[in-house]
Amino acid sequence: MTGRVETPTEIRPFHIEIPEKQLDDLRRRIEATRFPSKELVEDRSQGVQLATIQELATYWGTEYDWRKVEARLNALPEFTTEIDGVDIHFIHVKSEHENALPLIMTHGWPGSVIELLDTVGPLTDPTAHGGRAEDAFDLVLPSLPGYGFSREPTEVGWNAGRVAQAWAELMHRLGYTRYVAQGGDVGAAVTDAMGRQAPEGLLGIHMNLLVTVLAGPQPAESEQERAAADQLATFRESGFGYFLEMATRPQTISYALLDSPVALAAWLLDHDTDSYYKISRAFVEGEPVGNLTRDHIVDNITLYWLTGTGASAARSYWEDGQALAQALASGLAPPAISLPVGFTTFPGEIWRTPRSWAEKAYPNLTYFNEVEKGGHFAAWEEPQLFAEEMRAAFRSLRNGGSS
Amino acid sequence: MSSTAQTATEIRPFNVSIPEDELADLRRRIAATRWPDRETDASQGVQLETIQALAAHWATDYDWRKFEERFAALPHFITEIDGVDIHFIHMRSEHEDALPLIVTHGWPGSTIEQLKIIDPLTDPTAHGADSADAFHLVIPSLPGHGFSGKPRETGWDPIRIAKAWMVLMERLGYTQYVAQGGDWGNAVTEQLALLKPEGLLGIHTNMPATVPPDVSKALATGGPKPDGLSGEEEKAFEILKHFFATGVGYANEMANRPQTLYAIADSPVGLAAWMLDHDERSYQLIAGAFAGNPGGLSRDDVLDNVTHYWLTNTAVSSARLYWESHLAFFDVKGVEIPVGVTVFPDELYPAPQSWAEKAYPKLVHYNRVEEGGHFAAWEQPQILSQELRDTFRSLR
Repeated sequence: MTGRVETPTEIRPFHIEIPEKQLDDLRRRIEATRFPSKELVEDRSQGVQLATIQELATYWGTEYDWRKVEARLNALPEFTTEIDGVDIHFIHVKSEHENALPLIMTHGWPGSVIELLDTVGPLTDPTAHGGRAEDAFDLVLPSLPGYGFSREPTEVGWNAGRVAQAWAELMHRLGYTRYVAQGGDVGAAVTDAMGRQAPEGLLGIHMNLLVTVLAGPQPAESEQERAAADQLATFRESGFGYFLEMATRPQTISYALLDSPVALAAWLLDHDTDSYYKISRAFVEGEPVGNLTRDHIVDNITLYWLTGTGASAARSYWEDGQALAQALASGLAPPAISLPVGFTTFPGEIWRTPRSWAEKAYPNLTYFNEVEKGGHFAAWEEPQLFAEEMRAAFRSLRNGGSS
Repeated sequence: MSSTAQTATEIRPFNVSIPEDELADLRRRIAATRWPDRETDASQGVQLETIQALAAHWATDYDWRKFEERFAALPHFITEIDGVDIHFIHMRSEHEDALPLIVTHGWPGSTIEQLKIIDPLTDPTAHGADSADAFHLVIPSLPGHGFSGKPRETGWDPIRIAKAWMVLMERLGYTQYVAQGGDWGNAVTEQLALLKPEGLLGIHTNMPATVPPDVSKALATGGPKPDGLSGEEEKAFEILKHFFATGVGYANEMANRPQTLYAIADSPVGLAAWMLDHDERSYQLIAGAFAGNPGGLSRDDVLDNVTHYWLTNTAVSSARLYWESHLAFFDVKGVEIPVGVTVFPDELYPAPQSWAEKAYPKLVHYNRVEEGGHFAAWEQPQILSQELRDTFRSLR
């Protein structure tokens, strides 16, 4: 701390140190878990399988060591700063390469900055990770309001649009005058909103989830379009429970998410089919897919537990639900995006976005690629591949404009 | 227990008695609850103030034994049907010509919903009614609910449950009977009516499925209201539209991923919140009880039921019924036998008489009463009892 008066715009260093008694309490609660009877099916169609959650609980309650990820986080430059009344936590890693491009990347639900940790090396230090110095990024990884070590809003209105405004302020406060933005899941909603707001200095955006499909039907003419439309329909019909509950009654489910570690773990695991089976495999068969190891999964769940953010994170769906309902009721289309947009389709994503859908959503689509592996948690699952996509998507935007 | 070998069709007496250490564990868990912050808008679900008032009462003043004593004093039985142990209360009237009636509870309910109608229905003369209106009562717990067994295989939807109820009534020796229900109890009762068992004379429902196909379609697709609705029909449409837009999160989750709700097996407060958040008006009623303004339900009523779910660890097994069922909740099913309908003003939707007449060609009784909501028998036992007497009088 410096000796001068703190102003709200000050950027303060942040350090994580969870008291041991919170970890003891967590282990005690895991051990005391009361389980329901086993599901009646052999797949995930009734939800998170008992064998999976019991393996997770056993590992979590006995072998798992939070202090390892805590040390990993603390080894990174972490900060908080108050924006629009809410303390925002962020990781800020500057590249050693001089002309690095500032990039703000936003996680989603049920994720956190932990999703993005393994991209820090490849993005900020590309020469050590098979890239070139001119591919370097200065990286800003904020925690969404109500998630992780950001504080939770105490008033309504924190939808993706408001978060996008806060991110522009954050980049401004960090002194970045030219930067790009990226996101998947909720992070994609925030990044899409940033693109529409087009704050000064934002050169372009990249997303790995096409959030615009939630606002209305998409063309289903080509084979790829029909396949994606089917995936979307399946999601709406049979995979939408968590979404609807959090969009309409976040507080109701939150009592259990705050009170029961296993309840929280199950709720976070039950996101999409592809990631569920990958995670389940890590616990039941001991074979992680990509970078989704038992530790990485439990790191993320433990972060939600220790920060007590199950409720406030769920509430972000309610906020976006309110915003979507208002937008639909107004009958007005959202402002178009004229900034350059990049998009990468990861094959395991909930719906495999065809190029035609991305072009329809973003007429100025300057980059599109479909890669070979990875799913909903692209950066988390395949950090190296994801970093290569960032390099490729933003290459054309470097040194443009002012130079 | 008799000394003869037990056969699957045997009807065994059942006694409710929860070990003290389970009650102590429950109180310990409630006291150790870790709370979220307050909601930022009242529409976000069960409010912190309400659930904390509930938890405070639950962990201190509330006495399960008081309820258990009253509950255990009733004649409880278990019999295995189609591989699952079915628990039921069987209260015979002292009046010889009493009409047998099977009443089915819903979610998040249990046989506890029906306890207050036992006396008025089996002993009408003590409740200002005629002995000719007496009923023999059968009140089963749905499979996976309460003290019934938990199915170990899929397939236990309302149709299969209705078939089990047929077997139950037959096994009890009833050759002529009637049936009643709301919520899932209505779904099962209507399926029973569709099976047309020989002895079933008619049914009564307090949550009728009357929504015509064009209205149902408009609701499912979010389309505009169909032309030509009367004022009453339009009101029902608007209420249903609001319900489907904002009030089906819990049902959708249980229909899609009941097993993911480890929450309601492990956290008493998590379970209580999940059960309180059913429909807006019953939530207001219950929140009122914990704010010191009880209506049709008292604090103990609510906690008896939540505690019953907790102690039987049936939160998830009961949620599976949503997963099992493929029936549209409010759509017309084509019931052809005599039906009585009572519309309680605070029910999920007020079924217009015009819809009820089309849904049930043999509508023998339709009445809109002054008070009560989704948990009709529990909230307004006298009113519902009178409605059942009036409905079934002509069928005796």
